[in-house]
Amino acid sequence: MKKRMAIGIAIFGIAFWIGGASPAGAADSFTVTGAGATFPYPLYSKWFYEYSNAHPGVNFNYQSIGSGGGIRQITAGTVDFGATDAPMKDEDMVKLPGPIFHIPTAIGAVTVVYNLERVKSGLKLTPDALANIYLGKITRWNDPQIASQNPGVKLPGEDIVVAHRSDGSGTTDIFTNYLATVNPGWKKKVGRGKSVRWPVGLGGKGNEGVAGVVKQTPGAIGYVELAYATQNKMTVAAVRNREGAFILPSLESTSEAAAGAAKTMPADYRVALVDAPGKGSYPICGFTWLLVYKDQRDAAKGKALVSFLKWAMHDGQKMNTPLLYAPIPKPVVEKVDATLKQIQYKGKSLY
Amino acid sequence: MPPFPFFSNKRVTRSADRPEKMKPRENIKDLLFEKTTALFALCVLALTLLLFALLVRESLPAIRKIGASFVTNTTWDPVLEEFGALPFLYGTVVSSFLAILIALPLGVGAAIFINEFAPKWLKTPVSFLAELLAAIPSVIYGLWGIFVLLPVLRDYFMKPVSRVLGWIPLFQGPVYGPSMLAAGVILSIMIVPFILSVSREVLATVPKVQKEAVLSLGGTRWEMIRIVIGQHCIPGIFGATILGLGRALGETMAVTMVIGNRPDIVLSLFQPGYSMAAVIANEFTEATGELYLSALVEIGLVLFFLTIVVHLVAKGILRRMVPEARKGAAR
Repeated sequence: MKKRMAIGIAIFGIAFWIGGASPAGAADSFTVTGAGATFPYPLYSKWFYEYSNAHPGVNFNYQSIGSGGGIRQITAGTVDFGATDAPMKDEDMVKLPGPIFHIPTAIGAVTVVYNLERVKSGLKLTPDALANIYLGKITRWNDPQIASQNPGVKLPGEDIVVAHRSDGSGTTDIFTNYLATVNPGWKKKVGRGKSVRWPVGLGGKGNEGVAGVVKQTPGAIGYVELAYATQNKMTVAAVRNREGAFILPSLESTSEAAAGAAKTMPADYRVALVDAPGKGSYPICGFTWLLVYKDQRDAAKGKALVSFLKWAMHDGQKMNTPLLYAPIPKPVVEKVDATLKQIQYKGKSLY
Repeated sequence: MPPFPFFSNKRVTRSADRPEKMKPRENIKDLLFEKTTALFALCVLALTLLLFALLVRESLPAIRKIGASFVTNTTWDPVLEEFGALPFLYGTVVSSFLAILIALPLGVGAAIFINEFAPKWLKTPVSFLAELLAAIPSVIYGLWGIFVLLPVLRDYFMKPVSRVLGWIPLFQGPVYGPSMLAAGVILSIMIVPFILSVSREVLATVPKVQKEAVLSLGGTRWEMIRIVIGQHCIPGIFGATILGLGRALGETMAVTMVIGNRPDIVLSLFQPGYSMAAVIANEFTEATGELYLSALVEIGLVLFFLTIVVHLVAKGILRRMVPEARKGAAR
């Protein structure tokens, strides 16, 4: 009886092993692995699906473990590409085994959401008012700094309940980067990062955590990704950009910010889009990047990766808008094409 | 001289009683069994030690750079790389004790009712449902906390209490909802099943004779329970409490979803706080920079130590309590 069971288990195990091994053993099929940011994950998984369908044999395995994890894994070389919402710092890039490219794939916007009875979307906030709310200097909704920009809106004398992300996130990085750019007080006191020391407020885990606090607390203000705010029909604020116009967050105003920033794009794309020029540009947005080594270790995988990136920058960009990511503007795409040509295997371009 | 030096004398004499033919085979089986179980036991030990060693190794950079101020500093600033874990330590301890404070009377009371008073048709469903609570994943508790517990707690408990008793430091400050109190309440719901089921087991071990003896001496049911529990069950219930405390100390998801995630030390239970497990879960995935990561691992190390200390203290108390309880029971 026991023997029979043991044999059964053994057969099962062998079958499992063979079953698991055979696809990997097939002639020209392989898997490109990646890890990193969670924010672009819905877009990337759509891309991988579409690309694998069009190019049988190339499979992708992407783990959305967070930007920090993505950077750690690509630094250690355990994945073929990384993904991040915040560009790598210079001191982290020194630790890399070789030169790396930041390939911008999409643009995300961070929206300011709030919960005020009788005040619909479009409350106007100046950069300083927003910073002062998050610094704890403005504590009531009818503060002159808010009221003066919103004539005709009846603002309550309620306390402002500030909500922010408690988990480290690219969203927080973009938001704090924006506040640090527009407000010297913020830059000095708090600074910029995926996790910061918040002067005031409640921490919610993830977009849903912040949204939960905002939706359930009268008088609350918070920030979430554009896609999340749109899908959940949240009340969003219009933020004043550097040209002096109050802009509501949308894909168009985000793209316009990217177009405005395209002219001054550095060669390595490690740029913050916040407070970008352009009349209609929304000021709180940022790129998300794929991290790819210039020198690939595997010819076939490198080739597949480069042709995927090429596809993503052209055909793939058409999928951005329906999924609520702003596409990369044309002039930047042209620049990226030139960068992709530099990716090589033993000195030979893989483009 | 026994046939194998690693055999204990006892076993050799026992196998000597058996028929001579069976001996070697039995011995080998016994030996194999013993060694295998020893191996498993060693595995558990090795795992714990490895875990400890890894925590120490990974937190070395932070230990070297920050030193003892890590557990006394109250500032946690990843941007300026200033790491003080005291607010997290405080939050973990306070929320866990709050949970015990709520869960202990609830769990023990329910156990007494189910075992001693409940009619039969009620016994099974109540205990089944209570034990079911233990099987719910903590993220579900967290979601329920955000959408049900927080609004109810805020509107029907915290607001009225703050209006009347707002001058007491424990209930001071504005009422948001996410707070140390909410974390304590959600933790207490999570550990009630542990306390309940262990308490029931312990109550069931009370010899019927003892209970009947109290009743026959003219004691009321309350006196019976008080005497029996006081003298027989306290160590067991204490053990159940420690089990619950262990779970509360390490709970992550449910806590981070309702505690407000604010690294401050304030006495008021209505204000947001933070816990050690929560900050690790929140910041680890996106942490870059050696010192930052290392500081997060060191929080894990501190949590590890806290758990050990709690267990050791509990063991100590228990050891002192058990003989007394036995004495009492024998009296």
